[in-house]
Amino acid sequence: MLAYAARRLAAIPPTLFIIVTLAFVVVRVAPGGPFDAEQSLPPQVKANLERAYGLDQPLVVQYVRYLRAIVHGDFGPSLKYRDLSVGALIAQGLPVSLTLGLAALIVALAVGVPLGTWAALRRGRAVDHGIMGLAVLGVVLPSFVTGPLLVLVFGLGLRWLPVAGWQDGNPYYLVLPVITLSLPLAAYIARLIRSSLLEVLQSDFIRAARARGLGRRRVIWRHALPPALLPVVSYLGPATAFVVTGSLVVETIFGLPGTGRFLVEGAINRDYTLVMGMVIVYGLITLTCNLAADLVYGWLDPRVGHAS
Amino acid sequence: MAGSIHGSVMPPEGGPGTGGFWRQAWRRLRRKRLALFAGGVIVLIALVACAGPHLSGIRYDSLDWDAIAMPPQFPGAHWLGTDRLGRDLFVRTLYGVRISLVIGLLASAVSLIIGVVWGMVAGYSGGRTDELMMRAVDVLYSLPYLFIVIILTTLFERGSLVVLFVAIGAVGWLTIARIVRGQTLVLARTEFVEAARVIGVKPGAMLWHHIVPNLSGTIVAYATLAIPQMILFESFLSFLGLGVQEPLPSLGNLINDGAREMQSAAWMLLVPAAFLVVLLLCFSIVGDALRDALDPREGSS
Repeated sequence: MLAYAARRLAAIPPTLFIIVTLAFVVVRVAPGGPFDAEQSLPPQVKANLERAYGLDQPLVVQYVRYLRAIVHGDFGPSLKYRDLSVGALIAQGLPVSLTLGLAALIVALAVGVPLGTWAALRRGRAVDHGIMGLAVLGVVLPSFVTGPLLVLVFGLGLRWLPVAGWQDGNPYYLVLPVITLSLPLAAYIARLIRSSLLEVLQSDFIRAARARGLGRRRVIWRHALPPALLPVVSYLGPATAFVVTGSLVVETIFGLPGTGRFLVEGAINRDYTLVMGMVIVYGLITLTCNLAADLVYGWLDPRVGHAS
Repeated sequence: MAGSIHGSVMPPEGGPGTGGFWRQAWRRLRRKRLALFAGGVIVLIALVACAGPHLSGIRYDSLDWDAIAMPPQFPGAHWLGTDRLGRDLFVRTLYGVRISLVIGLLASAVSLIIGVVWGMVAGYSGGRTDELMMRAVDVLYSLPYLFIVIILTTLFERGSLVVLFVAIGAVGWLTIARIVRGQTLVLARTEFVEAARVIGVKPGAMLWHHIVPNLSGTIVAYATLAIPQMILFESFLSFLGLGVQEPLPSLGNLINDGAREMQSAAWMLLVPAAFLVVLLLCFSIVGDALRDALDPREGSS
């Protein structure tokens, strides 16, 4: 188990290296440059700017320089926000994005797991149909539809909750963004739990537990639910990727000062260092979360042999 | 196609006897009223989206200065109202549906081709090739792939529809590759494939004549599930301003426009949002039903 964890952990740097290289090539091969938008720029000034940022060097030299800086944790200066380093920009926005993402994951689990379980235990009844109908809707509704609709109803209509903004993490301002982001996750988790619980309930060891005369409650909570939760654990990896991209839209809708806008803005402005920084930070986050999900899965399910 | 497990690829009618694969699947599907209804809704929306804009005689980008941001009114010039430039929202939404559908279909085709070829080659070759190819899928799977699409679409000619569907399709093939690989692994060990190999059928011909026909059920089912995914990606990008560009409408940028105006003109958000949700919902209902009908392993309850 420990060896497996070490091996997986050791695989992260090479994977990240491949991602960085790919991103570097894609970003630099594309036409246009960071100083093209400012049309009034005289050629001499532009050349000076490019020299100042080392963009006049051959690409290979720039690549090696960039890698060397990254290894030392230096993401370089932003080419658009001239006075700020990419590291500072991301450090500013990341707490907001992480708070939003983490809160959404927790809410999704807290809502999805009980609802899915309830639906499975009432299979074929009205409760089941109701919950699964809602889940289909939840999975299908994109956040850029639910977000504005929630704002329309609870913000502008009923005036219960603020429409947008961050206010230093005032939880009141977080309610609508978190609901928007967690809705599809909760729906997906409810569906996962329902189908896996139904499968587990039909297996021999549950029948054996019933035959031993255990109470229904005990059978469900102690014997059926833990193995039924496994698919959810392995879904948590892809779920982080979903949260990361989903927060992009949610931050746009609710005007949150997270990191989401940096990726889009950076790509449009050809702010090479900012885009690369975002790719690295988010690549690292998703890789780590995937690894964590797999490790927890292996720990919970002894059948997964990590020994080899 | 002789020698395939399910018999040849046949349309629902005209199969030999009653046991044809597609015939059975059609019979299973026909029992699902909801899926049939959803399929009907998709066809209806597609037809209206193709014909509607022409019948109304209003262009998607023509401005009506006498009707700026007008609410919906049924017996009137603009059934579903107009936007803040006086453009007819009904026509724009239908046109947007058309663009979203086309991009969804093309992107699904792109992702299906990549995914099926990748999965088949990996599953059929086995060994190190298989391991390497599937590791690549695993790595890509763990990345937030919309990031890649965003980078691709912004860097290469923003608003180009070709770039859009190629970029979306190029990242959406991972799931289908996994499924196809799994099924190919099983098929590669069956006796008829073994027999074909013994009489000297080359790998390319083997995949095309013996593996693909047997995968067709899975491919059709996942294609139907891929379309709403692709439509969703497209709308997502257009919502962020990275996809279809004004004045061309798509469901995504219409929703984006609507969200900006919703305080004073809620219909601008509600009309395109309703079309998008109904479309996505119907596609996923049909896709689920098709998967149940075509994929006997999963077994419809």
